[in-house]
Amino acid sequence: MSRRLELRQVSKSFGDIDVLAGITLHVEPGEFVSILGPSGAGKSTIFRLLTGGLEGHGGGVDFDGQPLADARRPFAFMPQHDALMPWRTVIDNTALGLEVQGMSRKAARDEVAPLFGEFGLAGFEHKYPAQLSGGMRQRAALLRTVVQDRAMLLLDEPFGALDALTRTGMQRWLQTMWDRHRWTVLLITHDVREAVFLSDRIYVLSGRPARVLREVAIPLPRPRKDLASPEATAIEADILHTLLDPQPAQRT
Amino acid sequence: MSQPFSAAPRIAALFAKVGPALLSVGTLVLAWELYARISGISPTTLPAPSRVLFQAILQRQALFDNTVPTISATLAGFACSLAVAFILSVLIDFFKPLRLALFPVFVISQTLPLVAIAPLVVLWFGFGLTPKIMLVALVTFFPMLVALVQGYESTDRDISALLSSMGASRMRIFLLARLPSSLPYFFAGLRISITYAVVGAIFAEYAGAAKGLGIYMLNAKNNFRPDLVLAAVLVSALLTLALFAATVLIQRAAMPWERLDAARKS
Repeated sequence: MSRRLELRQVSKSFGDIDVLAGITLHVEPGEFVSILGPSGAGKSTIFRLLTGGLEGHGGGVDFDGQPLADARRPFAFMPQHDALMPWRTVIDNTALGLEVQGMSRKAARDEVAPLFGEFGLAGFEHKYPAQLSGGMRQRAALLRTVVQDRAMLLLDEPFGALDALTRTGMQRWLQTMWDRHRWTVLLITHDVREAVFLSDRIYVLSGRPARVLREVAIPLPRPRKDLASPEATAIEADILHTLLDPQPAQRT
Repeated sequence: MSQPFSAAPRIAALFAKVGPALLSVGTLVLAWELYARISGISPTTLPAPSRVLFQAILQRQALFDNTVPTISATLAGFACSLAVAFILSVLIDFFKPLRLALFPVFVISQTLPLVAIAPLVVLWFGFGLTPKIMLVALVTFFPMLVALVQGYESTDRDISALLSSMGASRMRIFLLARLPSSLPYFFAGLRISITYAVVGAIFAEYAGAAKGLGIYMLNAKNNFRPDLVLAAVLVSALLTLALFAATVLIQRAAMPWERLDAARKS
């Protein structure tokens, strides 16, 4: 089976500033992979290149063995802030991607409505985003992402804006959902514990210009319940060491 | 609310909101009334508010006949201004260099003194409705255009990025995100412009008209009837307030989510 996504020596600079310095990584079908790195390292730039928000880069990007062409849109993207439209009700927000794909508003609503229970949003279909808690807003944003039925999900720091307790709850919830659906996911985060808890593999990125410092496989069995099991904590400490004290010898 | 059908708390809340305004306006009117009575000043110089109100009631038919053309000029001018401002704002949003080309012209249009331009427009276009519509449009067009263009630009970048990742065209992004994002700015501009619009219409009539509050004020002044001038001022103030209230009501109906936002922030 060919790899779902493969980046080979992808580089990007804005004027004189190098942001990505030869990023090589891959994601297998059904795999949960995280990109972990310090803030401002250019992690989001990778997503902007993939979703067509940015053009022109060095290196190659393959999707399912074919070079990624602009015409294909294999990704469902969840931006950093929930980006829910305040003027749309929750159901119309979650149906947005289907509407853009050309579905009528009614058909799109009928498609997303059955999923509200599973996403813990039942009864909130016709509320506005302002009436939702932070965690519910993120669940609505994730529902809007997965309902597009794309080959791969790109999640950009989905829980970054939440308070610590809500964030932990959401991480556990996402873990459970992923176990059930086995989406192919590429997650961007700067939360080491989150990356260890959710991922099959982690790419640890350096500060700008970003390069891959380490690739870490997470062999923890699933389903995972404990964010801070002794095994997880050991991996976490090891990765933190790499991030806070990057040694040139550890580059891959 | 625990007692949704009880009106008393609502009235109390309403009074807490408008009470201070009523008190300050009432004090001013009372001071004016007292001064006019005690100082013995001639009513042809400074009429007391009670006299203004009494004359307004006596002259209600004439005032009404002169208010109707002012309302038509205001609404017609404002509608034209809105339509042109909307079309231009969309063109500018899709074609940015247009903004650099057009904005200086519009800024200059805002520096023209109305006192000078109003008689000229009347000279060129006659005493009918056309020059009034043009002057109302002149004073309201630019604030509306700026509000709309700024409103489009206030669109959340994440929402735009999300829509383009979904494959939305530029037109789709405009309709789904940029246009709704501009609503709060649009209504802020609307509230300011609607007050300018009434003043613009009265100014245009003042420069020459067959009927209208502006020409009524001019005639009353020439007949040494400041009480009737002020009666017309009262009518124009009420008209402006009514239009302002209408924009607030339209905004509430058009943006039901906005009050939720406000409730959450307070």
